[in-house]
Amino acid sequence: MIRAATSTVKYVSLVLASIVMLLPIVLIVVGSFKTNQEFLTTGPFTAPESWTNVSNYATAFTRGGMMRGFVNTVVIFGVAIAGTILIGAATAYALDRFRFAGRRGVLNLFLLATLVPGVTTQVATFQIINWLGLYDSQGALILLFMGTDIISIYIFLQFVRSIPRSLDEAATIDGAGHLRIFFTIILPNLKPAIATVVIIKGIGIYNEFFLPFLYITDPDKRPISTALFAFKGPFGSQWEVISAGVVITIVPILVLFLFLQRFIYNGFTAGATK
Amino acid sequence: MTTAATGLRGPTTAADTPDARAAREPHPGGTGGARRRRRLVPYLFLAIPVGLLVLLTYVPVVNMFWYSVTDWDGLDKVKTFVGADNYREVFTDPDNVRVFWVSLYYFVGSFVQMVVALYFATILSFRIRFKNLWKGILFFPYLINGVAIGLIFLNFLRPAGGLDSTLTAVGLESLVRQWTGDPDIANVTLAGVSVWRYMGLNFVMFLGAIQSISSEVYEAAEIDGASRWHEFWFIILPSIRPIVGLSLILAISGSLSVYEIPKVMTDGGNGTETFVMRTVWMAFNRGMVGLASAMAVVLLLIVLVITWIQRLVLPDDEVDLA
Repeated sequence: MIRAATSTVKYVSLVLASIVMLLPIVLIVVGSFKTNQEFLTTGPFTAPESWTNVSNYATAFTRGGMMRGFVNTVVIFGVAIAGTILIGAATAYALDRFRFAGRRGVLNLFLLATLVPGVTTQVATFQIINWLGLYDSQGALILLFMGTDIISIYIFLQFVRSIPRSLDEAATIDGAGHLRIFFTIILPNLKPAIATVVIIKGIGIYNEFFLPFLYITDPDKRPISTALFAFKGPFGSQWEVISAGVVITIVPILVLFLFLQRFIYNGFTAGATK
Repeated sequence: MTTAATGLRGPTTAADTPDARAAREPHPGGTGGARRRRRLVPYLFLAIPVGLLVLLTYVPVVNMFWYSVTDWDGLDKVKTFVGADNYREVFTDPDNVRVFWVSLYYFVGSFVQMVVALYFATILSFRIRFKNLWKGILFFPYLINGVAIGLIFLNFLRPAGGLDSTLTAVGLESLVRQWTGDPDIANVTLAGVSVWRYMGLNFVMFLGAIQSISSEVYEAAEIDGASRWHEFWFIILPSIRPIVGLSLILAISGSLSVYEIPKVMTDGGNGTETFVMRTVWMAFNRGMVGLASAMAVVLLLIVLVITWIQRLVLPDDEVDLA
């Protein structure tokens, strides 16, 4: 009797929570298929007249600059992720495989930096970016994404320890230099760590709003986040177009989530506790 | 041919060759140049990572402390020293003090978020149907772009929007409000959206911790006749204490660094301006870099103190790197 009651409570609470989680998203999808007239005159739960009305999506892609936003995001992601992997792996390789003066100091430098939230220092970081001549360029975002990502360095550091040293030693005997060991032994063996970093960082870069909002003013250079944010201006009275823009932004992440669920769960729980 | 054979003989034999010994621990027999090069290697690998770390994290932190005691506007060549004036203004100007209070809404929200996350993590750790579906639904909002979330809820909460219609349909129209327009509740609304966004991360972290508890512990408890409630109180809660502690710390620094949701939804109107919004506005719209830096320093110090308290209360073995 009590078992049955608790079981009911369990399922009812899950269904309620699912409604709370999904309803706001479902309604934006519904809205994205309506015409402007429909959006203004019908209720949020009324189905659109035509589920194949994709004109809002076309407007969002072209006039809204979402296409550009996607291209820019992919470019920024591609360069930043390559840099992050090289930086993280190089740091992990040097700190794990060598004993040298200042090693403790470098470790502490990285450890201490995790305590400084990037959002608190942007007032001063802005001056550095400006001084480097990178203001209003995608270089600013790339540099910040790859230069301030200590979580990734931690993931690599955890992982590099599990690569047997005998592999390095065998290669040394074969006459390989340190650079060759790094590229032919360390990097390929770091693949699982690289996959984790690519997924977490990819989602992070895709969703990042603060940095592009601060550093990029040219509409042609905007990544997806600020491109979508800019919808509030010109499309402020066209919520059906804004809705389409929102759906366009969510779909890639939803697809990624459906295919890589397990990696994403593991990645975020690993990243959050390190 | 010979080198390949040496390589294949494995580490024990390989270690005996003079080459390998020289590589690992250079002794007086090795050439001086090779030794010096070997000693330089880690520094070469670390040059760029440490360079970027110093340039993009440490130099800004140091500069920020320096700017915070000047009246710099961000452009002027001269920075005049003004002592603690900026700090006095941070704590006395009512507009600055208000943003501290705003962060309390998000802090309270993060408690609600953790309780809800813990509830769902617990029930999903027991046997249940469609487990992966529930897990996915509860977690997915965390992956959505913050701007998209802001817009989703602007649409959902607008007058006669999704929430109002739902309340009316179930006979609760007396609860209908100007969700983001009424200064009395705007912050509660925004904190609620924040809970919606971040609950999934807490939930998945808690679930992961609960599932790492060995099933033998539960079996032993069941033999002893423990109820579900006892299992929760005496097995689950103690074993996820570290992750709850960590979430609490993240909640405090998180509620002080709120930016995206209020930026997109109200742009700080109706008394919803947050700490970071005000800092950014001061530095980049009003040219008060000195004052903004003082605010940022205060925020940084709060985060550092909280983290320090956490290390005292919850000694963390994950932090050990050496």
